[in-house]
Amino acid sequence: MSQRVGIIGFGQTYHRSRRDDVNGVELINEAVRAALEDAELTIDDIDAVVIGNMDHFEAVNYVDTWSVDGSGAWMKPLIKLTTGGTTGSTLGIAGYHHTASELFDVVLVIGWEKNSESDTTGAIITCSDPIFDRFSFSGALPGLAVEASTYMKRYGITEEDAALVTVRDREHGANNPYAQLQKPVTVEEVMQSPMLSWPVKLLDICPRSDGAAAVIFAGEQKAKKLSPRPAWVLSTAVRHSHSYFGDINYEEIHTMQEAVKELYKNVGIKEPLKELDVVELYQPYSFAGLKWIEAMGLCKPGESPRLLRDKVTHMDGELPFNPSGGVICTNCIGATGLLRIGEAALQVMGRAPGRQVPDVNLALSTGFGGAYWTDLMLLGSRPW
Amino acid sequence: MSVHLEENIFYDGRIRMPYKWAVGKTGSFFLTQLRDHARIWGSRCPDCEMVFMPPRKNCPRCLVTDTTWVELPPRGVLETFTVVHFNEPSLQPMKPPYIYGIVKLDGADTGLTHLVNEIEPDSLWPGMRMEAVFKKANQRRGEITDLLYFRPEGGARQ
Ligand SMILES: [Zn+2]
Repeated sequence: MSQRVGIIGFGQTYHRSRRDDVNGVELINEAVRAALEDAELTIDDIDAVVIGNMDHFEAVNYVDTWSVDGSGAWMKPLIKLTTGGTTGSTLGIAGYHHTASELFDVVLVIGWEKNSESDTTGAIITCSDPIFDRFSFSGALPGLAVEASTYMKRYGITEEDAALVTVRDREHGANNPYAQLQKPVTVEEVMQSPMLSWPVKLLDICPRSDGAAAVIFAGEQKAKKLSPRPAWVLSTAVRHSHSYFGDINYEEIHTMQEAVKELYKNVGIKEPLKELDVVELYQPYSFAGLKWIEAMGLCKPGESPRLLRDKVTHMDGELPFNPSGGVICTNCIGATGLLRIGEAALQVMGRAPGRQVPDVNLALSTGFGGAYWTDLMLLGSRPW
Repeated sequence: MSVHLEENIFYDGRIRMPYKWAVGKTGSFFLTQLRDHARIWGSRCPDCEMVFMPPRKNCPRCLVTDTTWVELPPRGVLETFTVVHFNEPSLQPMKPPYIYGIVKLDGADTGLTHLVNEIEPDSLWPGMRMEAVFKKANQRRGEITDLLYFRPEGGARQ
């Protein structure tokens, strides 16, 4: 019992640093209505709903029940999932599983966050082990900073190399009306921004956003009937590893290496740089746009700055990254992984005005979270 | 793994997290009307015609957003209630025993959970007519507890 699955609709809010005009439920509703409109469906067409966000960010722990008025899940099968930073990609993969299993034919998946309602670091530290890790390595910054410094030392990477990644994504974000940050920045501006935790500076890292995303998955027959050009789910791969931050080998991102190995094998990709058409990378900070694309097999370790300097990953390059501006421009955390999936789907469906990459056949989206976890979903224009 | 244990360690913790929830435009209208005028408003869905209290920006059933405001009277019917006897001083709104109830205001299709007072539990019954008692104008702060409690329509009952 299993069926092929396509994405047939995507909706998102206009992401901002704060949305005081709506509460969380109303914010969710904006994305849900946008997704239904995009797929030309009504809530009656939805068989099941999957929703998620980060625990402790809004201090609402039964988000599935609390949000029913906005999600449209009233009297429908409904589940909440949360896995930290990977929440959005977990949600998308769960929506795919719900549909692929044939238990449901049309599934609405919602990710959201109102980062403005709490202290992000204060909320994130509640995910760390309270006995050993919470007093020190908690929050988003410490792990990323030691990863960056390890990577710089090993390959002679500079802070300016990393700044090129921020400059690229901020340039791309200027094309996306939904992005929170739409103003381009220069390498000098990145270098002169306040140091947060060496070598990570303010403009190296993602902002905090209020926003929501909704993606509609449909089984093969329904998808063909309802959409002129569905974005077919070709493969997913998930690697969640450690909990203690001291268990991680910061010289590599083992989860990304293993996940891409499985995904490339599933679909027969041998030269990802040539074969993939676009990537929406869950890239929480600039250094990930270097080290992690090496782990994805796009170049040899330590050689990624050349890809940035040669603009290989820019909009007109061989493999554009983050046409939406990515996480560097927008980060409503529980939605962030799902935004990668939704934006990748738009690229395949040819519906990304202002940021469309021409002739996309294969679009890869990623999720990142926890102690260096990786989720992947590959979307394609043909179901097999 | 075997050890000679001297003592079991326990670790006291407390999650100290400040929150600030945006009520949003719809809820803010409701709360400012309650604070400034002691008036209560619900929302009506143009499709299913249900009147929701508290008001919703979009109809939870139909998802349409062109809901309209309906002013509701400060009185209605007690749907159900319970008498609280257990003691949890750090969480409870008043000293037990006290009464929680659900009151459906006249013209609304959903009930409002609140406190019931000025009546002995033995004299209460579901279906009883109730009226709202508000805090004094200078004490109202734009919170649902600006409506202090419900009591039997017409005043205190023994
Ligand atoms: Zn309705």
